[in-house]
Amino acid sequence: MTEDAPRHVRPYGDTTGDGMIQLSFTLPVAPGPHAEAAAAAFAAKMGLDPAMVVHAKGVGERFTFFVVYGRSPVILDLDEVKVVEREFPLLTAKEINLKIRSRLKRRMVVVGATVGTDAHTVGLDAILNVKGFAGEKGLESYRELRVVNLGAQVDARDLVERAVSERADALLVSQVVTQRDAHLQHVREVADALTTGWPARQRRPKLLVGGPRFDPASAAALGADRVFAKGTTPREVASYLVHELPAGGPARRSR
Amino acid sequence: MTARAPLLHLDQRTVRKARKLAERAAAPVVELARTHTTTSVERAVLRLAGLTGADAEGIPWVNRLVDAVAADVGLEHGVALPVFDALASGEHADLATLAQKAAAGGAQFRLPAGVGHQRARRLAQRAVGAGIGRIDRARKDRDVMLRRLGDPPKPWIYLIVATGDIYEDIPQAQAAARAGADIIAVIRSTGQSLLDYVPEGATREGFAGTYATQENFRLMRAALDEVSRELGRYVRLTNDASGLCMPEIATLAGLERLDMMLNDCMYGIIFRDINPRRTFIDQRFSRQIHARAGIVINTGEDNYLTTADAVDAAHTVVVSQLLNERFGLEAGLQDWQLGLGHAFEINPALPEQFRLELAQAQLVRELFPHAPLKYMPPTKHMTGNVFFGYLLDAFFNLAGVLTNQEIILVGMMTEGIVTPFLSDRDLALENVRYVRDACAGLAEDFVPARGGFIAQRAAQVLAESVELLERIADEGLFTAIADGTFGITKRPADGGRGLDGVVVRADGYYNPAGALLEQAGPVGRPA
Repeated sequence: MTEDAPRHVRPYGDTTGDGMIQLSFTLPVAPGPHAEAAAAAFAAKMGLDPAMVVHAKGVGERFTFFVVYGRSPVILDLDEVKVVEREFPLLTAKEINLKIRSRLKRRMVVVGATVGTDAHTVGLDAILNVKGFAGEKGLESYRELRVVNLGAQVDARDLVERAVSERADALLVSQVVTQRDAHLQHVREVADALTTGWPARQRRPKLLVGGPRFDPASAAALGADRVFAKGTTPREVASYLVHELPAGGPARRSR
Repeated sequence: MTARAPLLHLDQRTVRKARKLAERAAAPVVELARTHTTTSVERAVLRLAGLTGADAEGIPWVNRLVDAVAADVGLEHGVALPVFDALASGEHADLATLAQKAAAGGAQFRLPAGVGHQRARRLAQRAVGAGIGRIDRARKDRDVMLRRLGDPPKPWIYLIVATGDIYEDIPQAQAAARAGADIIAVIRSTGQSLLDYVPEGATREGFAGTYATQENFRLMRAALDEVSRELGRYVRLTNDASGLCMPEIATLAGLERLDMMLNDCMYGIIFRDINPRRTFIDQRFSRQIHARAGIVINTGEDNYLTTADAVDAAHTVVVSQLLNERFGLEAGLQDWQLGLGHAFEINPALPEQFRLELAQAQLVRELFPHAPLKYMPPTKHMTGNVFFGYLLDAFFNLAGVLTNQEIILVGMMTEGIVTPFLSDRDLALENVRYVRDACAGLAEDFVPARGGFIAQRAAQVLAESVELLERIADEGLFTAIADGTFGITKRPADGGRGLDGVVVRADGYYNPAGALLEQAGPVGRPA
């Protein structure tokens, strides 16, 4: 921010400080004068003064859609605005591929599975399948990632064994349906299997865990490197993987 | 309305060559499908024979019975002979009882010979023939409704509904129909394509979609029949026949009178990592069912462009369309049943983007003059700027109207941002209606200059398509798929899910449905 930028701001319509905003919304009210008055009242309760309902249109018989312009009384102190930092930057697919190529000099290998009793691959596939999730393509769509999707109900030791033979850079473990904290137990099993089964001279792969029941702060307690909560997109996972790459030259690998 | 005079003056020898090459590329794959079966094909046979329901864990009886037969005698002779042989013994009251006993280990299967073989064959044919008869009746019912209520004029407006809860979907679908939708697509729960069974009953929870089940199909079709009568036009219903249960879902769609089905020859392979061989075998059977049921298939070429660049990979779309056409016609579908897919996905920042889109859309229109093309709105270049997204959707609608696309999927300005709001859907329909009405008849004024930008671009894409088809015909389709030709994703023929459900047919393989459907379907391309 430059020195002379104001600390206190309001939305800008066409004049400094006018506080003008636009919004659109639908109310479950049949179209008519009553609906329009309801929309104006709703906008007023949001603090808009004046509030102008510039457009009202019935959507079916029970709903009305509105466009409203109005002045918001909110004044924002920019010093109060804190940016919540992810510990890694969110990169584009292109940047992710480029970084892997320049830092690793080979494709990064990702092995994924749901372990133990969980047969639900919804989360795993949302992250791995090309189809992806929330409009983002899955990790398979990244040219510089090689994805090995082992599917459901994989034994922790089998997962680690496969990861060794694939020379994995990362393990993705997904747990969707769980009872009596089985998901925590399953992740610990993978972490233990990694400790005992991973060749000492190779760089240990990152262990990533995902699922709706995990506490994002519990990574260390589980023996994992990172926990991803519900709503995580493939690009976030890929950005994290790139962030965790060793800086500089390629990882030493005896091939 | 579709067979308009061609505008692009494509070299017809090149067009014929492209079709010949597609036929050559498809031939070994068709041969594979004719000589193999899968667990899902066999389960579809049992569904046609009338077996429904599931055990306490929700696993359908068709799965239990096929597994039991496979364990005793294998599936290489088909499930029909061992099952109806066991039924003929008189120890089991009906198919459902047999399945329950088999699941509990209380039934033995054998491959009948001699008189027993003839008897089992007769029984199987009768039972499965009854299922095909139900599909035929559903098709007649549709014809009657279309005659009575009238078929809406094209382009048909295609709208997606999918809350996860069928009882929530129903009023939304009815509202969408009242607001102008001609086709309602209920998209499936994320991950259903990877389930190796079809869930049972009415379902109320799904992930970003509603499970495809026979009961959900029935409920939604009944609700749309009701609103069709109210509106005086037949509202069509669509779902997905894809994934590991493609043949079974096609069968359920035929039984419950769905009107269209998403059914692509390569989508599951590329986007869901389903084994390529499994997919092609399942696909052929599912298309035979669709042909019989009078269902229009929708193919998924639009999806390639969500990963690959729409300009650089334009020819892969055309190649896939030609392959889908070939596989479809071979399975007995007719041209009017081939809803070949394509999309408006060129980067809007590119100069002359709209002309490039028109070239592609018109090329596809002229290559497949009798197919009801399904045109998909922009998704890849929809950003959080909903205002620009609305503009882009209007241009998409305009391209659709100018080039006579027949099935227009309604683009949402919130595509890829949030689940569409009620108002987003309404605004989107307003957009389509405005363009369709304001530009009614404008297609007759759309005459690209001979040898101009649009004609040249179309010719170039066609030439690239022929080049790629030559490579595929020489190397084989499986090699091309393994090399990442489509959707820039590599899928080896032995990889992916579901290969363990593929079985080589033995001499004497018997599938009463396959036998009935092979007789019926017109094979080959009309001159």
